[in-house]
Amino acid sequence: MRIVLLGPQRRPTLEAAARSLGLSGPELAGPGLAGPVATITAGWQEREPDDALLVSLLEGQAVNLALYRRWLDVQDRDPEYRAGEQRLAGVLAELQELYLLRLDYALQAVYAVQRRSAPAPAPASGDALGEALEAVRELDAAHLRRVNEARLEFFDRLRPHDRPVIAENRAAVSAVLADAAALVIAGGHVGVLAEVLHLFNVAAALNGAPVIAWSAGAMALTDRIVLFHDRSARGPGHAEVYGSGLSLLRDVVLLPHARARLLLDDTPRMTVFARRFAPARCVPLEAGTRIDVPADGAWPPGIRTIEAA
Amino acid sequence: MKTLPKLAINRLRERRPLDAAAVDRFLARHEVPIVEGARCTFLYRGEADEVFLIHRIFGLPDHLPLRRLRGTDLWYAVLELPEGSRVEYQLEVAFADGRRERINDPLNPRLAHSPVGSSSVCYAHGHEIPDWTVDDPEARPGSLVDMVVPSRALRRDCPVTLYLPARFRRADPGTRYPLLIVHDGGDYLRYAAAKTVLDNLIHRLDVAELVAAFVYPGDRLTEYANSAAHARFLTAELLPRLEAELPLAGTPSGRCLMGSSFGAVASLSAAYRHPGVYGSLLLESGSFVFTDIGHDHGGGPVFEPVVRFVNRFRAAPRRVADRMFVSCGVYEPLIVPNRSMVPVFEAAGMTVRYVEARDGHSWENWRDRLRDGLSWIFPGPQKYIYE
Repeated sequence: MRIVLLGPQRRPTLEAAARSLGLSGPELAGPGLAGPVATITAGWQEREPDDALLVSLLEGQAVNLALYRRWLDVQDRDPEYRAGEQRLAGVLAELQELYLLRLDYALQAVYAVQRRSAPAPAPASGDALGEALEAVRELDAAHLRRVNEARLEFFDRLRPHDRPVIAENRAAVSAVLADAAALVIAGGHVGVLAEVLHLFNVAAALNGAPVIAWSAGAMALTDRIVLFHDRSARGPGHAEVYGSGLSLLRDVVLLPHARARLLLDDTPRMTVFARRFAPARCVPLEAGTRIDVPADGAWPPGIRTIEAA
Repeated sequence: MKTLPKLAINRLRERRPLDAAAVDRFLARHEVPIVEGARCTFLYRGEADEVFLIHRIFGLPDHLPLRRLRGTDLWYAVLELPEGSRVEYQLEVAFADGRRERINDPLNPRLAHSPVGSSSVCYAHGHEIPDWTVDDPEARPGSLVDMVVPSRALRRDCPVTLYLPARFRRADPGTRYPLLIVHDGGDYLRYAAAKTVLDNLIHRLDVAELVAAFVYPGDRLTEYANSAAHARFLTAELLPRLEAELPLAGTPSGRCLMGSSFGAVASLSAAYRHPGVYGSLLLESGSFVFTDIGHDHGGGPVFEPVVRFVNRFRAAPRRVADRMFVSCGVYEPLIVPNRSMVPVFEAAGMTVRYVEARDGHSWENWRDRLRDGLSWIFPGPQKYIYE
C-alpha cells in the first residue's frame, strides 16, 4: 500500500498530493483509482463534520467515514461497551501516570549523566550514558507492552465484533473503504484518532488503495505513537510513548510541527531523543513536507531525520 | 566601564530655568513612574512637608522618602527594580498642618484592586501582563452558576459559584471533569480574572476542561485558619453534593484545593484533615507562618492557630496530597516561610512544583501564576493535538 505523509495543512498541499495520485484534476480516476476518496476527520472531534475545505481540496470526491460520530453512536447505544471503555480509560490513565513518574526519574538520570560526560566521558565511566538510555528504552517498551495488553484484554472481554452496534458501523466503514480510491486521514487529537481507527477496524478494511495522512493522522499510522511538546505552558515535557497506531508504518516516530514543538536546537536533548527511539527514524513533518512511502515500505533516501550528535 | 545614561529626572534638574512650565512639560512627556532600565523614578507634584513612597517590598524600608526638586513642587525618588518586577505602592504626603494622607499616585493611572482597596502599580522593565489574563474574543466563554450549600459544619448557608466550561456536557456519560475548589472565590473572580483565565487556558488547550467551585468565606480569619468545621464543610458537604450533581471525576487525582494567603492555609488544612481525598493543592503565597523556637511570630493574634498548625505540620510532615503547586512573590514577607515549607512538603513525599515571581502579596501576582499552576495540575490536551 502506498502511503503519502504530508506536513501540517494550514497551507494545504493535499490538493497537489491528490492530483499526483490521480485522485483529482485532469487525471481523475486514473488506473485502479476509481471511486470516491474516503476521509477521516475524527481527530477534529465535535468539528468532524466541518470538512467543507477538505472536500473542496478533493474536488468533491470525498466521503467522510464519520468515525467520531460512529463512536458517539456506540457510546449511546451500547452502555455495556461504554462502561467498559470508561474502565479501560481509567486503567490507561493510571498506566500513563505511573509511566510518566518513572520516565521523569529515568530521563533526569540520562541528562545528568550526559552533562557529567560532556565534553568527554571519564575513562572509568564506561558507557554510563548508554546504560541510562537503555533503562529509558526498556521503560518505553514495557509501557507500550502494558498498554497493548490492557487493550487486548479489553477487546477479548468486550468482543467488539460480536456487538451489533459496532458490527453495524464496522460494516458501513468497510463498505465505503472497499470502493474507495484512497483514504485521507486528517490531523487533530491523536488519541481519539487511534481509538476510532482501532474500534472500526480500519486497517483490516483497507483495500490496498493509497493512504494520504498528515499530522496526527500520520502518527496514527505508526506502530508507536510518541507524544511530544517541549514548548508547553508548563515547560519542556518528556516525549512519551502513548500506544500503537495502525502499524502500517513501522520503526518510525513521526513528529508534526517539530520546529514549533521541539527544542531542535538543544543538541544534547535531541541526541537523547534520537538514541532513545533508535533504530526507529525520527522524522519531522513540517509545513510543505511530503514523503512517499512505497508499497514495499522502503523509505525513500534523503528523508530529514533527527540524528544523535 | 559602561556608563548608564543620565536619568530623565537628572536631566530635568540641570534645566534652566527650572520653573513650573518646565515641570509641566516634563510630566507631559513621561509616564509615571518613569522606567529607565532597572531604575524607576517615582514622582509626586504638590506642596507638602514630606512625601514618602509606601510599598511592601520585603527587604526594603517600607517608607522611602521622596526628595524635592529644588525650586519646584516636584518630588522624586529613584528605586532600582530587577527585570520583570511588579510593585504595588502608594504615596504618603505630610502637610505643614500635621495632616498625613495616604493616596494612590495621582500621576499614574495604573491601579491594582483588592478587597482592601486599590493601590498604584509600577511595572518595571521587562514586565509583561500575560495575554491569557485578558479577554480573548476567540475563547468560548464558560458560564458561572450560583448555588447555595447549607452547611451544618459552618452553621450557615454557604454561597458557591460554579464555573462550567464552554462545552460543558452534563449528560454525556463519557465525560468526567476534574474539580477545582477555590477559596476566596469572589476575590479570585473579581480581582484575579479567574473566569477569563479559565476560559483562555481551556481554549488554548493549556488546561483541561474543568469545573471550578468558588467558595466564599464567612468569618475568613476563623474559617481559613485551620478550622475543622471548614474542612468538614468542603469534604463532607460541598464535595459529595457536587459529585452527586455534576459529571465529575470523583477521584483524588481529579480534585484540587486552591487558595492564596489564608486561603492556602485553608487548602492545606482541609487536605491535612482529610488525607487521600484531594490529589492536588494549588497554594499561592500561603500564610505558612511558623516559629522554630519561642512564640514570637510577628503575625498577631489572628495567626496563632495558623502558627500552631504549621508548627505541628513541620514537626511531623504528612503526605496530604500527591502534588502541590506552591508559588510566592519574592517581594512579600511570606517568601521566607514559603521557601522553608517546600523541602518539608517534599520530605513528606509530595511532588512539589515551586515558582517564585518578582511580585508581591497581590491578586495580580496570584492571577499571573495560574497558568503555571493549573497547566501542571490539570494539563490540557495540547500534547495530543497535532493539527
